[in-house]
Amino acid sequence: MNQAVTGKNQQKRNIMYREALNEALREEMRRDPSVFVMGVGIAERGGSYKVTAGLLEEFGGKRVIDTPIAEASFTGLGVGAAITGMRPVVEILFIDFTLLTLDQVINQAAKYKFMTGDTRSVPLVLRTQGGVGNGLAAQHSQSLEALFYHIPGLKLVMPSTPYDAKGLLKSAIRCDDPVIFIEHKLLYMNEGEVPEDDYCIELGKGDIKRSGKDVTLIAWSNMVPRSLSAAQKLAEDGIDVEVIDPRTLVPLDKELILESVRKTEHVVIVQEAVRRGGIASDIASIIQAEAFDYLDAPIEIIAGMNTPIPFNLILESACIPQETDIVESVKKCM
Amino acid sequence: MYSKEFLTNLYRQLFTIRIFESRCIQLYRKGLIRGYFHPYLGEEAIAVGVCAALKKNDYITSTHRGHGHCIARGADINRMVAELLGKKTGYCRGLGGSMHIADHSGGNIGANGIVGGGIPLGTGAALGISIRNEDRVSVVFTSDGATNNGVFGESLNLAAIWNLPLLIVVENNQYAVSTPIDKSTREPDIYKRCIGYCVDSSVVDGNDVLEVYEQAQKAVEKCRSGKGPILIEAKTYRHGGHHVNDPGHYMPKEQLEYYKSKDPVVKGRSLLLESGAVSEKEIVSIEETVKREFEEAVDFAQESPEMTVDEFRAIGEVY
Ligand SMILES: Cc1ncc(C[n+]2csc(CCOP(=O)(O)OP(=O)(O)O)c2C)c(N)n1
Ligand SMILES: [Mg+2]
Repeated sequence: MNQAVTGKNQQKRNIMYREALNEALREEMRRDPSVFVMGVGIAERGGSYKVTAGLLEEFGGKRVIDTPIAEASFTGLGVGAAITGMRPVVEILFIDFTLLTLDQVINQAAKYKFMTGDTRSVPLVLRTQGGVGNGLAAQHSQSLEALFYHIPGLKLVMPSTPYDAKGLLKSAIRCDDPVIFIEHKLLYMNEGEVPEDDYCIELGKGDIKRSGKDVTLIAWSNMVPRSLSAAQKLAEDGIDVEVIDPRTLVPLDKELILESVRKTEHVVIVQEAVRRGGIASDIASIIQAEAFDYLDAPIEIIAGMNTPIPFNLILESACIPQETDIVESVKKCM
Repeated sequence: MYSKEFLTNLYRQLFTIRIFESRCIQLYRKGLIRGYFHPYLGEEAIAVGVCAALKKNDYITSTHRGHGHCIARGADINRMVAELLGKKTGYCRGLGGSMHIADHSGGNIGANGIVGGGIPLGTGAALGISIRNEDRVSVVFTSDGATNNGVFGESLNLAAIWNLPLLIVVENNQYAVSTPIDKSTREPDIYKRCIGYCVDSSVVDGNDVLEVYEQAQKAVEKCRSGKGPILIEAKTYRHGGHHVNDPGHYMPKEQLEYYKSKDPVVKGRSLLLESGAVSEKEIVSIEETVKREFEEAVDFAQESPEMTVDEFRAIGEVY
């Protein structure tokens, strides 16, 4: 079991992404009795990725709830509870299974506030996990963020580091609107610096993960560490890359992106999801509309192939952007 | 009385699934198989007993725990192992893997990564049969956990109002991952839910291949004569954790021991011996053949090529 690290004074320590998420849940549940968590295998087992480990022991079965495999309904229960005064954090084990919940998320949660004339909010967090793992195949490897990005009424968060994961989850829980919070299965064991004291990261504030002057590389979730190592390689070739992580895709920190573009005049956007109808294309359209005069070259997009994810490992990695693809694209746009 | 051939075939299939699963787990441990692998160990008699009641042109849909169903429908072991190793000679050319094996020549519409995902698919196959007025049945293999998902109730009702030739087989192994059944439903006898849908149902001991076969035989006959759908609940138990990386510590030792003492493969062996039709020596020779065929399948799979990235791109472009 992970233990939540509390206590003041110690300034910073390294913890894993999944531990950071665990702390966020624990702190918010301590702070606010209306916060509760619910999902398949999250209580007794502590979740498949151990994000909810130890919560049952501290908060009991009424606030840490194991559900049957009934995603559409328990997510809808979350929506109903949220409308009536609770702050549910519903976990859907794989983003692939959120497809079973879409009526409740899109027709109900996303529109409730609007349909009721802006009188009642839906403070629901739907935590889920996406992306390619290691041979998990077509129904357990998808990157579906664009589906949610498309829907007015939903906020969309995709943290790449333990620090961001904790601060953003705390804000998501405090947010009065439904938030889709997408983790990445390959990030859970990554370690990073996280302060001991209480902090939140405002939704809609991106982060410069590496500053540089030659090219703006925009990436989120697991494409951030990959972009950072590509940037390292490129530095050896004398190309100074700025890596921007929007962290929240809705709302999107346009200003941070545009500011960087005005400086570097070159843009590469990396997404793990398939290219067609993706968020990268939308960000590119925003940049060209608002900073066209600054661009020195066409915006490069590196994205997943337009196919489901194959089981075979070699084909799987051919489907999604690798470090070498990022390096090549940056060189191409310079 | 059953013929020597029939009983021998049942046992050969039980033993084939047992060998396939236990040996593939070894391949997994060596790193040759990746991803999710949900063994059917302990549940063999259900697939074998049900499929023995089917004809070549009947359909099945399977689950994430699907190797046994595939084998019981007569799949080629070579192509199954090749698929688990991600090879081009596999049933899905290495694109699907364990959770997505489908074998259309055996009427196997496929395993599924989505719990409950196969229920509407199999019900749809039954709808097609009904529209085309064919003498066929569709069998949905599903699991206790899936019966708590909406698709179960919705499909059961649809099949009922349209009298579809559908047999739903619920493999009640009493767990969904580590969640015991009494935490996910008030009524652990799942077959009883059928009363409310006016669907005939029964419960069988999933460790007894002949009992499963006899119930399935009756159910399939009813389906063929327009009295479907039917549901059979088979009580069973996993001989290990949920998947190969789950040690299953939450399964009470005594309960596991109890079910292992009723091992469906051992039981099938003694049924065969007791029938007097086959000698111990003949049984051993069947077992040796099955083991040898498995080793040959591993060789076949290892020697098989993987799909190249270029070949994959050509397929991928269609999407
Ligand atoms: C819709 C959906 N929710 C959750 C999962 C994750 N999952 C895979 S298997 C499983 C347990 C299934 O239990 P049960 O249906 O009883 O089948 P068993 O594994 O016992 O054969 C879960 C929760 C999934 N694959 N699909
Ligand atoms: Mg089960």
